[in-house]
Amino acid sequence: MQFMLLFSRQGKLRLQKWYVSLSDREKKKITREIVQTILARKPKMCSFLEWRDLKIVYKRYASLYFCCAIEDQENELITLEIIHRYVELLDKYFGSVCELDIIFNFEKAYFILDEFLLGGEVQETSKKNVLKAIEQADLLQEEAETPRSVLEEIGLT
Amino acid sequence: MVVPSLKLQDLIEEIRGAKTQAQEREVIQKECAHIRASFRDGDPLHRHRQLAKLLYVHMLGYPAHFGQMECLKLIASPRFTDKRVGYLGAMLLLDERQDAHLLITNSIKNDLSQGIQAVQGLALCTLSTVGSAEMCWDLATEVEKLLLQPGSYVRKKAVLTAVHMIRKVPELSNIFLPPCAQLLHERHHGILLGTITLITELCERSPAALKHFRKVVPQLVQILRTLVMTGYSTEHSISGVSDPFLQVQILRLLRILGRNHEESSETMNDLLAQVATNTDTSRNAGNAVLFETVLTIMDTRSAAGLRVLAVNILGRFLLNNDKNIRYVALTSLLRMVQSDHSAVQRHRPTVVECLREPDASLSRRALELSLALVNSSNVRAMTQELQSFLESCPPDLRADCASGILLAAERFAPTKRWHIDTILRVLTTAGTHVRDDAVANLTQLIGGAQELHAYSVRRLYSALAEDISQQPLVQVAAWCIGEYGDLLLEGSCEETEPLQVKEEEVLALLEKVLQSHMSLPATRGYALTALMKLSTRLRGDNNRIRQVVSIYGSCVDVELQQRAVEYNTLFRKYDHMRAAILEKMPLVERGGTQDEEAKESKEAQLSEAALVSTEPPASKLLDLLDLLDSSSGAAQPPPPLEPSPGGTLGHLLDLPCASPAPDIIPWPVGPSFLAAHLLCFPAPCSAGPSQLLRASHLKPLLPSQISECLSVKDCS
Repeated sequence: MQFMLLFSRQGKLRLQKWYVSLSDREKKKITREIVQTILARKPKMCSFLEWRDLKIVYKRYASLYFCCAIEDQENELITLEIIHRYVELLDKYFGSVCELDIIFNFEKAYFILDEFLLGGEVQETSKKNVLKAIEQADLLQEEAETPRSVLEEIGLT
Repeated sequence: MVVPSLKLQDLIEEIRGAKTQAQEREVIQKECAHIRASFRDGDPLHRHRQLAKLLYVHMLGYPAHFGQMECLKLIASPRFTDKRVGYLGAMLLLDERQDAHLLITNSIKNDLSQGIQAVQGLALCTLSTVGSAEMCWDLATEVEKLLLQPGSYVRKKAVLTAVHMIRKVPELSNIFLPPCAQLLHERHHGILLGTITLITELCERSPAALKHFRKVVPQLVQILRTLVMTGYSTEHSISGVSDPFLQVQILRLLRILGRNHEESSETMNDLLAQVATNTDTSRNAGNAVLFETVLTIMDTRSAAGLRVLAVNILGRFLLNNDKNIRYVALTSLLRMVQSDHSAVQRHRPTVVECLREPDASLSRRALELSLALVNSSNVRAMTQELQSFLESCPPDLRADCASGILLAAERFAPTKRWHIDTILRVLTTAGTHVRDDAVANLTQLIGGAQELHAYSVRRLYSALAEDISQQPLVQVAAWCIGEYGDLLLEGSCEETEPLQVKEEEVLALLEKVLQSHMSLPATRGYALTALMKLSTRLRGDNNRIRQVVSIYGSCVDVELQQRAVEYNTLFRKYDHMRAAILEKMPLVERGGTQDEEAKESKEAQLSEAALVSTEPPASKLLDLLDLLDSSSGAAQPPPPLEPSPGGTLGHLLDLPCASPAPDIIPWPVGPSFLAAHLLCFPAPCSAGPSQLLRASHLKPLLPSQISECLSVKDCS
């Protein structure tokens, strides 16, 4: 996978994960083009389209579009499964996820994605393992933060 | 009063609350000022919150480069919270184009070697996302170490990081090849998946690695077989399919290993058959696996029965309710239409049905596939379908559809009359979308069908009378009327409706074309020349024609002016030669159909110019001609030809016949057309009337010169 974009129906970007090296300007340009192209598609059209020398696989979940760019030799149908698995993970983590969750907790969305895909490839096919890893990382984060706040409360910073 | 810095959640809310772009910008600018100040001298404990805000702002499209250094500081911090946000920031803000990115190498190195898994995970993730070639060189050994340490969490990430490193620095393959054998024995799906991906990457980059890994084919077959036979597993199944991600990846690797290799292909035959028949196809997951299986069957040396099974699976996909499945079916069938033509032919009716798809991506695929399936036995039916598609298809497909039909007609026309009718219909339906050479092609075709001259000129006249806007049609019609105007006036032709045409009507029509603002300069040229020719074909006096010709002697368009002046001169000073010059064009033999020409160039020997049935060798010649290569498309533009048939003649005569055989145009270049191939000149000919006049001086020598030139061509 070369990149994954999440954007709203108004074209606002909610997540961008790039697995190839491109300049900021190029990324912006590509994002704009693809968002425009996909938003122009009618609802009943198929989930695949050709764009430059890549294949774009996209699917809409409620108000969010999930869009992946894959190379020619990659399997479009399994990419749909990848997108679906990611949505399931988000759903499990946030509990009935909606766009607002991803807006206000965008870091978490990235963290979850990074436990599922790595370098553009699937790293873990067990939902359970991905969620467990996030849980443990969250725990680690809490542990790192708690002692400090207790001290602060007492007034001994 | 200092406005306090906002918390992340509050910032997001405030940004969302902004009613205008300007308001949003204001909020963000204010906040960025805070963030900058905080980076400079703020509490390091809060740094990660500031960076998080900056990352949000960055996602909205605002500049955030001043946060790069903060990412480095956060990554270097011992606190996990800091590292988490710091690494995220690095992945979003840093990339290999900035020198700053190298500064994280040391931090990554440290984090990789310390013991906390989560931290190692962060480091590996960042490395595999933004790791540049230099970083990969520096950290390869660290990653290699992690491949063999006990924890599966880190190991699966290390394997995929290795994949990234090889992509950036192929030389690192040497380091990562040896561990693969051991990793392949893993039971952990994540590690196994990563290993298969790694092996795939290694094999794609090095033939030596490919050879090396062929010996694991039996092991891969076993792994996949176990997977398929495993019953439902809560952890890894999707819709009744065991770990489809892993299955697809294994199938892909098998494809690469089995390509062009009999032994490996044989080893996997049974397994592929098993997967193809046992996979649950009710949901997308199963279809994804099935699809990959089909691709693997088609791309390896599978048994014939297996290949038929694969094509049939695709045929079933074509009937699936799910558009996505139909799409991949059409794409795959297109890829195998050359190699397994008869198998794909069986699904032709379904493919044609897909032309009616409202979805443009699907109908485009269906068009390409339909064109590839046309052969001499179905050409009439298929052309009918394609013509009706042409009438209603979306504009961006018109050009391809039109060229496709013309090409198919060229190759498989059952009769000349059908051919002419077909081209005519295409020109009337989608005239503006056909390629430039369609005109030359049609004129040649008509010229060669002597028995159809009367028929052609009548049909073209009627078409022209109705509509003078479609340029290619107008050009051909003008040429035809010029050449065969006498036949037009003659009376009835049994193949068309009786048509009474008067001389004035013909002249008026041509004049209309000349004067119309819709006519291109080239079209005008055709019309003018046609008028000139009619001066010898029609029985009436030529005053009208002479008038028109002299008017255009002062036309702004240089080409027209030159023609008009020369024709004028013809009237005035060389009237005695006029009849001879404007005689009917001699039939210039094409030397058979395109396939004949392909054969000639391929064999490069003396061959007869007789028209031969082209069906069986056609598919092989298709490969040679690359006509329907989906990457180049059916509309590969050939060198544009000046649309003056007289020019063709002129060029032929320019050929110094005493010289050695001219070079054959190198194949594949796309469909060759009359002038280019016959004359073996790749450049477009730009003949004007002056060459035509010169030709007239050489006219008596013509017949023997043609045959001389032809024999020169035959010898080449």
